[in-house]
Amino acid sequence: MQIQHTLSVLVEDRPGVLARVSLLLARRGFNIHSLAVGPARDDGTALMTIVVEAPELEQVKKQLHKLINVVKIAELDPEQSLEREIMIVRVSAPSSRRGEVLEVAAIFKAIAVDVGPATIAFQVTGDSTKLRDFLNLVRPYGITDLVTSGRIAMAREVKNNSASLRAIG
Amino acid sequence: MTKRTGAEVLITSLESEGVDIVFGVPGGAILPAYDPLYDSPIRHILARHEQGAGHMAEGYAWATGKVGVCIATSGPGATNLVTPLADALIDSVPLVAITGQVATRSVGNDAFQEAYTVGITMSATKHNYFVTNPDDIADAVHEAFHIAATGRPGPVLIDIPKDVLAGLTTNHTPQEIHLPGYKPKSEGHYRKAKEAVSLIASATRPVLYVGGGIIKAGAHEEVRRLAEAANLPVVTTLMGRGAFPDHHPLALGMSGMHGTYTATTAIQKADLLIAIGVRFDDRVTGDPASFAPHAKVIHADIDPAEIGKVRKADVPIVGDARRVLGQLLDEWGDREVPDRTSWLTVLDGWRREYPLHYDQQPDGPIKPQYVIEELYRLTGGDAILVSGVGQHQMWASQFWKFDEPRRWINSGGLGTMGFAVPAAVGAKAGMPDELVYAIDGDGCFQMTLQELITAATEQIPVKIAIMNNGAHGMVKQWQELFYSGRFSATLLGDKVDYVQLVEGMGCVGLRAQTPEEVAPVIEKSLAIDDRPVVVEFVVDPDEMVFPMVRAGGTNDEVMIGPDTIVKQDPNGIPRLDMQP
Ligand SMILES: Cc1ncc(C[n+]2csc(CCOP(=O)(O)OP(=O)(O)O)c2C)c(N)n1
Repeated sequence: MQIQHTLSVLVEDRPGVLARVSLLLARRGFNIHSLAVGPARDDGTALMTIVVEAPELEQVKKQLHKLINVVKIAELDPEQSLEREIMIVRVSAPSSRRGEVLEVAAIFKAIAVDVGPATIAFQVTGDSTKLRDFLNLVRPYGITDLVTSGRIAMAREVKNNSASLRAIG
Repeated sequence: MTKRTGAEVLITSLESEGVDIVFGVPGGAILPAYDPLYDSPIRHILARHEQGAGHMAEGYAWATGKVGVCIATSGPGATNLVTPLADALIDSVPLVAITGQVATRSVGNDAFQEAYTVGITMSATKHNYFVTNPDDIADAVHEAFHIAATGRPGPVLIDIPKDVLAGLTTNHTPQEIHLPGYKPKSEGHYRKAKEAVSLIASATRPVLYVGGGIIKAGAHEEVRRLAEAANLPVVTTLMGRGAFPDHHPLALGMSGMHGTYTATTAIQKADLLIAIGVRFDDRVTGDPASFAPHAKVIHADIDPAEIGKVRKADVPIVGDARRVLGQLLDEWGDREVPDRTSWLTVLDGWRREYPLHYDQQPDGPIKPQYVIEELYRLTGGDAILVSGVGQHQMWASQFWKFDEPRRWINSGGLGTMGFAVPAAVGAKAGMPDELVYAIDGDGCFQMTLQELITAATEQIPVKIAIMNNGAHGMVKQWQELFYSGRFSATLLGDKVDYVQLVEGMGCVGLRAQTPEEVAPVIEKSLAIDDRPVVVEFVVDPDEMVFPMVRAGGTNDEVMIGPDTIVKQDPNGIPRLDMQP
C-alpha cells in the first residue's frame, strides 16, 4: 500500500481551480484519497486539504506548484497537525438494542442527528482513527448508511503538543 | 473613459504586447475579434487548418524567440488547436492561443459549435483563461504573455465568449500583474554553484549534457565558455541541437536512442553529468535504471519539477540556464583549464571507431542521409532547418551540423507528424530573410500539406524536401527489427505525383530519383525565391536509422547496424592511463 500524505494547499479562489488540481493529480497518476476545499480567508484564497497516495511526495508538490493558481503548499505531519473528518453514519437500533448503541455513541461524543423507529444516524467528528474505531464498534449492529466529509487539516501552533491535546479533540 | 468593445481591446492588447503576426482561422464565435483585426497593423496569416495555425505559431516562436500567437473559433476550431498546444507544452514553446466561445448564455448547453475549450485544454496548456467580462480582457492578455514567456515557457489559452468580445468596456489597459502563485526562480543558489564547480574540477570523466532549455534561455554562449574553461566534452539532446557548435572539438553530438555512439557511451561511462536545461527524456536515458550508472549528477533547470523527476540530482539547481551558467563561470573564475587529455582521447577513439555512416552507391538508390549532407553543403549550413517526425528527423539531426541556436525546429516531445510544413511557414514568416528548409517524410507531409496553399497565397517562400520512402519509415523500421518484418499498415502504397500535387497548390515542384540528380535539384530549389518549393527525393525505402538503442533498452547496448550491437560492460570504466 502506498503511504498517505496530507497536503494543505492554498489556492487562488477562482472558478476551475478544483478541476485543475484534481486533473493534474489524476494525469500524473497520483491517487486522491480525499480532497476537501472551501474559502478559507477573506483575501480571495481558498484552502484545500488533499490526502494523496503517492510513492514520492516531492513530485506531487512540484507538479502542483506548476499550477499558476496554487499559492502555497505545506505537507502536514499527522503528529503536528489537527486533522478532522465528519462522518454521518446510520446504525440499526431497534428498541431492544437502542440503549447499547447510545452508550457506544456517548463514549465517542457522537451526536444523534436523526432518530427513526429502527435506526439512529450519528454525527461523529475526529481524526480518521477515531472514526474507524467508532465504525468498528457499531458495525455489529448493522450500518445502513455512511457518508464522510474527507479530511480537513491545519498545522498546530505548538508542536509536539499533540498527545496532550488529542484527548480534548 | 471611452467605451470600446472587448474585441477592440483584445486586438490593441496584442499590439501592445508587440505582436506583429498572428496565425488563425476565423469563425462565428471569434468573428467580433476579426473585425478590428482588419484595421490593425498586425498581419494575419490565414491557415488552412487550425492545427496548421498552431504549428505556425510554434515555428514562429522557435525561430524568433518571441511569443507565437494563434487564433481559432469555438468548438472544432478550438479542438483542432489541441495538438499544437500539447506540442508546445512538452517542448516549452511560448504560445498564446485565443479562441472564440459561444455566447455566455449558450455555454454549457451543447450549443452549435460549443466545446468546453478550457476543460479540454487544461492538460495541454501551461495555463488557460475563460474570460466572462470584457473588463478582464486586457488583464488576461497581459498575464497570458507573461506566463507564456517567463519561467519554463509554454502555451497559454484565452477563451472568450462572443458576447464578451462584443461587450463594451472602459478597461483598455492592463493592471499590474498580480500572480501570487507564480514566481519563477531565475537565480540559482550560490552555494550550489560552489558545490557544482568543485565537482567539475575534480571529475575525471565529466560530460556537459545540454538541452532545449539552453536555447530558450539564450545561454549558448555561456555553455561554450564553460565547456572551454573546464575542458568539458558536450552532448546535446535533440531539442538542444545548436546549443553548442557541432564543429567544436569538444562536441560529441546527440545522445540517446538515435544519438552518436560516442555521445551515448560517454554518458554511460561518465563520472559526472552536468545536465542543464534537459529533462532526462526516456529517448535519451533508455531504461533509467541503467542510465549513466557511474555519474554524479548536477542538474540545473528553471522548472523545479524536472529536477529529481527521472534521475536523482546530487547537486540540484533551480534557475534560469543563463544565470546558472553565469554563476558557474563566476565561481570557476580563472582556475586553470583542467588537463582532460586521457578522457578526450578515449572519446576520440570511439568517434573514430564508430562514426555516423551510410553507404551511397553512385548507381544505387538515393540515401536520405546523402540528401541532408548535400543540402548542408550547398546551403553552407546557412538555413533554419525544420523537420517532421520519423526517420528523416533523426537523419536531419544527425547529419546536419548545427553551430547556432534557433536553427533547428522540430517536435521533440510530442513527436507530432505534420509539424514540419506549418512550422516552416511560421518560421519563415517570422524570419523572412532567412532560408527556411524543411525536411519532411511522405507520411508527415500528407498530414498538413494543405498549409502549402497558405504559404503560396501569403507569399512565404519556404522550401520543403520530402524524403519519399513510400512508408511510415520509422514505424516500419521497428517492424523490421522487432516484428519480424511484418509491415502492418506502414506501407503507404500511394502513387502520388508530388510535383503535380504541389504545383496545383501554387508551389514549384521538383524531383530527384537518382544520386546525381540530388545536387542539381537542390541548387534549383535554392535559386527560386518567389514561391514555395517542394522537392521530392525518391529515397531508398529500406534505409534504417542507426545507431539505435531499443525503446526502454539500456544505453550500454548500441546497435550500430541491423546486425551489430556494441555492448559495454555496465561496470567497466575506460582506462584513462593508456595513451595512444
Ligand atoms: C500524429 C502522429 N501520428 C502517428 C505517429 C507515429 N509515427 C511516428 S513516426 C511515423 C512515421 C513517419 O513517417 P514519414 O513521415 O514517412 O517519415 P519517415 O519515418 O519515413 O522518415 C509514425 C506513424 C506520430 N508520431 N504522430
